[in-house]
Amino acid sequence: MPNTIHDGAKNNSPPCASWRLEDQSVLLELSGDWHRGGPDVTTIGNSSGRSADRYDVQKLGAFDSMLPAFLLAHLRAHPLPSGTTPSFEGLPLNLCGLLKLALAVPEEIGAQITKPVSRAARLGKLSLKAWKSTLDVIEFVGQCSMSMGRLICGRARFRKQDLWLSVQECGIEALPIVTLISFLIGMILAFVGNAQLTNFGANLLVADLVAIAMVREMGVVMTAIIMSGRTGAAFAAHIGSMNANEEIDALRTSGFNPFDYLVLPRLLALVIMMPMLTIYSNVVGILGGMMVGSMVGIPTVLFWNETLLSVNLTNASLGVIKSVFFGAAIAVSGCMQGMRAGRSSAAVGQATTHAIVAAITWVVVLDSAFAAIFTLLNI
Amino acid sequence: MPAKISVHKLTMAYGPVVIMRDLDFEVNEREIFVIMGGSGCGKSTLLRHLVGLMEPSEGCIFYDSNNFTATTIEERARFIRRFGVMYQWGALWSSLTLGENISMLIEEAGQQSPKTVRDLVAYKLSLVGLAGYEDYYPAQLSGGMKKRAGIARAMALDPDILFLDEPSGGLDPLSAKRLDDLILHLRDSQGCTIIIVTHELASIFGVADTALFLDPVTHTQGALGNPKHLRDHSENPAVRLFLNRGLTPIPAS
Ligand SMILES: Nc1ncnc2c1ncn2[C@@H]1O[C@H](COP(=O)(O)OP(=O)(O)O)[C@@H](O)[C@H]1O
Ligand SMILES: [Mg+2]
Repeated sequence: MPNTIHDGAKNNSPPCASWRLEDQSVLLELSGDWHRGGPDVTTIGNSSGRSADRYDVQKLGAFDSMLPAFLLAHLRAHPLPSGTTPSFEGLPLNLCGLLKLALAVPEEIGAQITKPVSRAARLGKLSLKAWKSTLDVIEFVGQCSMSMGRLICGRARFRKQDLWLSVQECGIEALPIVTLISFLIGMILAFVGNAQLTNFGANLLVADLVAIAMVREMGVVMTAIIMSGRTGAAFAAHIGSMNANEEIDALRTSGFNPFDYLVLPRLLALVIMMPMLTIYSNVVGILGGMMVGSMVGIPTVLFWNETLLSVNLTNASLGVIKSVFFGAAIAVSGCMQGMRAGRSSAAVGQATTHAIVAAITWVVVLDSAFAAIFTLLNI
Repeated sequence: MPAKISVHKLTMAYGPVVIMRDLDFEVNEREIFVIMGGSGCGKSTLLRHLVGLMEPSEGCIFYDSNNFTATTIEERARFIRRFGVMYQWGALWSSLTLGENISMLIEEAGQQSPKTVRDLVAYKLSLVGLAGYEDYYPAQLSGGMKKRAGIARAMALDPDILFLDEPSGGLDPLSAKRLDDLILHLRDSQGCTIIIVTHELASIFGVADTALFLDPVTHTQGALGNPKHLRDHSENPAVRLFLNRGLTPIPAS
């Protein structure tokens, strides 16, 4: 077996390719051992822009893919006029077979050409992309509304189990983390408030501070941020990998509307559960504040009475109303990124990231808008 | 010369579910060995055992007379470096281009000049008829192209043993024929041992030296031998049926 790889036995003489012109025909003499990881190939003479007519392999030692790769690169770089086949005269039979096989399918050109783009063109592309993604959002929200419409008319088809599964995923299973975060936020608010308000001897007002901050802002915003990271990301990853596996195409061709089937139950689940989680978070936050209160010497009964005085129905409903919108924004971001994801595992990862970023951005933007509206309306 | 691979009393199971029991066969160096059987009978599972992705629930596997099943992790890694594996669905790394899928392995294996790496990648892709597709991402390819790219990646480091899981499934007849040629040329020029999972009868008869039939009914080895011989003379009617496409099985003589 002269032409096989001898594992380990690399008795290297360096690989060498020397070109010679002999009575009008180009001769390529190959010598040495051609091993991946061995010394670099020395080329002697040049082929004068032609491919070899004959080969001389008298001094050729052992070789692996290095040799056919070298020969192929040269053959591709110096293509023969169409219609003629390159000559492999003198090459060992098996090498010749491999090369013929490699040349059997012509190279796909155009694939490799990636034109350099100017800055202006790149900026233009970027703005077009931004515009397109805005349109995408609008389209997606529109689709969701139509899906909602179908639901109200009773024509939306989806599996009821999916809805309950989503409700469980974004409701009960989120309780532990919501409890922890809300309790800590309540405590932090009470600590900060207490440190400032004792200076004025008004530390009973800590109760008002905690209650109002929780029910108007912190409860709903923290819950929304938790749900963005938890549920929004899960939606994007799940739907994204379904997309990558052509499962969504299969839904379409089986006559299901992927919006009704995938997006609607998730959207509904989050819109139903967000208000409940928000109310829960408010209560837990106030309890956290109360604990700090009792540590700094505000009797629990007093704290409780003060809380009841400061929270009225208007106040309390503000957070809950916002939570419905936040829930919708999170579900839409997650599902949209999933549905729009590319068909690879890397694309699923990107979709998840984008879903979280988009959801948190939307939550904060919407919250600012609500703040402006509530200020105008004087509530 | 000891057998390249020998499998002794191998039993494969997922938990309590036994897929195949008491497999016993040997693969010689430079042999083209085909694993065949209906879909779901455990061919991919057998391949996963051979490359060390799954542990036998009983029995063991020897490479060059070294016990692969009972050896240390480092020793096993040394064997695995000489394997090239192509998975049933390609299993290309989707965040890398085809070129990078292959060049990553070559660069990892040792210092190379960029031109050498480029030439090697181009050569491997040309062998499977994908010349010029270096900059495509796997998601931009058809199923058959992904398979072929998977084969190119498995060949990247000129492995001693090449494992191919249904390489010709989903290929057009011309590509499938070229693939058979490629397998024969690889064996002849580089002396590698090739294990193929396939049900393509044409390629079984075209390339296989030895074929192993997994019998899904008895969960045991149905037959072992040269496929042309098995087609006409196997004692197991299921094997004759399989190799005759379910038509007019010739009675064993
Ligand atoms: N991860 C798994 N867990 C349990 N059973 C499995 C698993 N993967 C495959 N199986 C079962 O093992 C059997 C063989 O599967 P496989 O080896 O993939 O078949 P094939 O011969 O088509 O390649 C099938 O019956 C399948 O149901
Ligand atoms: Mg399989």
